Amino acid sequence: MTPMDAATAERVLMKGNEAIAEAAIRAGVRAYFGYPITPQSEISEYMARVLPSRGGVFLQAESEVAAINMLYGAAGAGARVMTSTSSPGISLMQEGLSYLVGSELPCVIINVMRGGPGLGNIAPSQADYFQATKSAGHGDGRNLVLAPATIQEAADLTTLAFDLADRYRNPAMILTDGITGQMMEPVAFRDDAAPRRPVPEWATTGAGDGPVRLISSIYLDPEALEAHNQRLVEKYRRMQAEVRFEAYQMEDAALAVAAYGLVARIARTAVDRARAKGLRVGLLRPITVYPFPSAAFADAAGRVAAILTVEMSAGQMVEDVRLAVAGRAPVRFYSRLGGVIPTPPELVAQIERLAAEVGAR
Amino acid sequence: MKAVFTRPQALSDTPMHYCPGCTHGVAHRLVAEVLDELGVRGRTIGVASVGCSVFAYNYFNLDFQQAAHGRAPAVATGIKRVLPDRIVFTYQGDGDLAAIGTAEIVHAANRGENITVIFINNAVYGMTGGQMAPTTLVGMRTTTTPFGRDVRTAGHPIRVAEMLATLKGVAYLARTALCGVAHITKTKCAIRKAIQAQLAGLGFSLVEILSTCPVTWGLTPIDAVKWLEANMLPVFPPGEFVTDRGQERT
Repeated sequence: MTPMDAATAERVLMKGNEAIAEAAIRAGVRAYFGYPITPQSEISEYMARVLPSRGGVFLQAESEVAAINMLYGAAGAGARVMTSTSSPGISLMQEGLSYLVGSELPCVIINVMRGGPGLGNIAPSQADYFQATKSAGHGDGRNLVLAPATIQEAADLTTLAFDLADRYRNPAMILTDGITGQMMEPVAFRDDAAPRRPVPEWATTGAGDGPVRLISSIYLDPEALEAHNQRLVEKYRRMQAEVRFEAYQMEDAALAVAAYGLVARIARTAVDRARAKGLRVGLLRPITVYPFPSAAFADAAGRVAAILTVEMSAGQMVEDVRLAVAGRAPVRFYSRLGGVIPTPPELVAQIERLAAEVGAR
Repeated sequence: MKAVFTRPQALSDTPMHYCPGCTHGVAHRLVAEVLDELGVRGRTIGVASVGCSVFAYNYFNLDFQQAAHGRAPAVATGIKRVLPDRIVFTYQGDGDLAAIGTAEIVHAANRGENITVIFINNAVYGMTGGQMAPTTLVGMRTTTTPFGRDVRTAGHPIRVAEMLATLKGVAYLARTALCGVAHITKTKCAIRKAIQAQLAGLGFSLVEILSTCPVTWGLTPIDAVKWLEANMLPVFPPGEFVTDRGQERT
């Protein structure tokens, strides 16, 4: 991503949800389909208000199931498309995600995570990490998953998500949470000109006199389906080149905190406070959670005495951290659940306890 | 020599996999003939559903998308909203449209989505082996109603045309049957009117086509047509349910 020159761009105060919607419009989104659910409704409302006058289509679907399939149709017809929802809605979209991956259709999906399981609540959560990063619905599919920690980053990663989705002909997901969606921060948008993306040659736009095109995920012959899967697996391998992470205060760190999204910005404050107390601690923040920055963690594991993973889940990303670290350093886990947000003092206490345990200063 | 009967340009030269006596082939041909006659083949996008017609795209010489079970109207909506000047149609069976896809068909119709739906009603799930469909007749034996459909536990057959006719987004809606030349001719006429309604931008159009499934019905192709005539026509009366209602959209 090109670093944005914040000094020259106009900064406006916006909710995270609205910033995502505005970034999508500037990225040339041609159609948005969604179904109301808290805490992401501002995205739908912004799109309903703004998108038609800026050349796009807004449609409120009858369900998340319908919304993701409208996305499929419009993506297959060659348009840049987006939907947004929150955790229970993502569950309903799993079927469609699988078809999108199987048919190799680019699209952007926003998940403003809330507490679960079941109806849970509308408070912020990170409990959908597995669902986002481990499989796109049934059948071995993968999403590209980007996890912003600030509203500026939410806007920037939304732009990037459209480009990555096109590059790999694959769904790209923004994995964020109810606080990042609802909170207001100054944000500056990149170049206002919507990218002129040509309609892909594979899109079903009416064959004219040319050869017919097909958008499909069915391969009845097992060997043909195996070959299709092998091609997808090779694509997921190529996607690993898109890995992005932030290493903060890691140069001389004796301890590392691993966190993404909202928790990472809290952890950053905790790292600063722990440093003020003389603890050499740093933060490793995945920006892409699929692909996961495994190499960065493997590298850190050889240099720090221990890694503290903090999540607002019962322990999901920590599994990827442990896989990457592969036993080279102890990995501890701390979490708050159900929409409770960890505080900087809580995390400083956890860092101090771990430092004492492993003898790291 | 003058050719008096040829394959429509909108059909491909691919042998169909349908069972002997199945009427899918007839329905495919009628749709293809109408697309040819209206000269819209090159700007038409079909949406195949899940069921025996999942491979419809192999037989139509058109751009196609294959949709998840029941979701064809949502997929067609997505296509039509970004390509409003194209012709978009779905081809769905009774399990797909009237069971798992009930929400999608009702809301596409209610929005007046400017698409055309070809709805094949043969009163069973064909591809999965003849289970009860939402349109299975009362008392009819299927693999999941081995003692006949009992309304006390399985309800009555859904009359899709009558149900959707109550919605104001519908511009054209008819039920026809593939039993005999007269009914087949009326079917083609209804398909033409449905596509013409879409061309005129009037709103949602649907043709429910009563069809046979000789294999799962356990009948010969000829007996299946007779069975359709004797048993399905009284429950699902053919006719035009909505014509020329496009003006009500504004």
